[in-house]
Amino acid sequence: MKRTTVDLWVGLFVVGGLVALLVLALKVGNASTVTAGQGYKLTAEFNNIGGLKPRAPVKSAGVVVGRVESIRFDNKKFLAQVTLLIDKTYEFPKDSNASILTSGLLGEQYIGLDGGGDDAVLKDGDRITLTQSALVLEQMIGRFLTGKAAEGPTAEKDQ
Amino acid sequence: MIDALRQIGARTVDGVWKLGCATRFTGTILARSGMCLRRPQLVLDQIYFTGVLSLVIIIVSGLFVGLVLGLQGYETLKRYGSAEALGTLVALSLVRELGPVVSALLFASRAGSAITARIGIMKSTEQLSAMEMMAVDPHSRVLAPVFWGGVLSMPLLAAIFSAFGVFGGYLIGVVIIGVDSGAFWSQMQANVDLWSDVMNGVIKSAVFGVAVTLIALFEGYDAPPTAEGVSYAVTRTVVTSALAILALDFVLTSFMFTGV
Repeated sequence: MKRTTVDLWVGLFVVGGLVALLVLALKVGNASTVTAGQGYKLTAEFNNIGGLKPRAPVKSAGVVVGRVESIRFDNKKFLAQVTLLIDKTYEFPKDSNASILTSGLLGEQYIGLDGGGDDAVLKDGDRITLTQSALVLEQMIGRFLTGKAAEGPTAEKDQ
Repeated sequence: MIDALRQIGARTVDGVWKLGCATRFTGTILARSGMCLRRPQLVLDQIYFTGVLSLVIIIVSGLFVGLVLGLQGYETLKRYGSAEALGTLVALSLVRELGPVVSALLFASRAGSAITARIGIMKSTEQLSAMEMMAVDPHSRVLAPVFWGGVLSMPLLAAIFSAFGVFGGYLIGVVIIGVDSGAFWSQMQANVDLWSDVMNGVIKSAVFGVAVTLIALFEGYDAPPTAEGVSYAVTRTVVTSALAILALDFVLTSFMFTGV
């Protein structure tokens, strides 16, 4: 085969491979997540984080505004300390409220941020004081059952 | 009894001997790769031979693996009422595992066997010795370009395989079955991470490329210079490569995706 034909095919192959990689990176993966240096860190303490994982999204009004960076256990307060990395284009008031929510019935857990009314905004390293823990299904069912039982013996129980 | 022990000992010594030869062989190829930079044309020829000529089998199998994943994934996910997660399932299984592994297995049988046969016959017909007689170093003139051609082709082949697989999953899931197109892509994008999924897949395929090409080259170079010897060497290339790919895949996966 002629030299130029081989070169042409190799060129096509390399370009095709790089395009495939690009498609995987942009169309399949999420290349547009917040990376360190482009955001600021906030911490929040929760009684119970449920199934929250590092890299879970932080959403406000349903829009992804950041990611959970790390989760660790505070052995003095017996609370879970969660570090959030928030995109620097978004600012939240000091009295914002962080709660752990679930997307869908069996979906993954994420952190919901609700903006408050304070004029001062949260800066790098600040702590979100108002937090709401994850709802644990077993505790909810337990509470529901004891509530039903307290209503009286006429209350029907399916299970 | 003594004979059996002696045989075990001989096998072990042989194995260690061969391992040492393979390591020295690898070192020599790496040390004499300089010519590939001075004459990139040699590497281009090898990329054509190992990469471009493998494209058809890679594209067709990628597409079919994607189609099957789409069908099977949909049937399973439907039972849990989460058919929208089909995109995530197809993309994650392709990018993390099936893309690198299946394309490396195809690469080993399509290109690895050809490399072994070529080097083995070059050796048995004394072409390599003839080169040495003419003061042309066969390591840098023949073996190193083949090595770099294989190493550069493999990640590109795996990426093409995964991309066509995702397209196949899209064809079955969205076009034929009718999963919502927006949910398919957005769930996929929300759950596939650029670094931890896509890039780890690329790293995997690069490691497989190194392993398969080295095994193919060494088996060819080490083959007894007879027709039978070369045919055994080709068989050994495919078998050893397949085992090496699967074992390496387990090791790499346990490093990359266990999270800790």
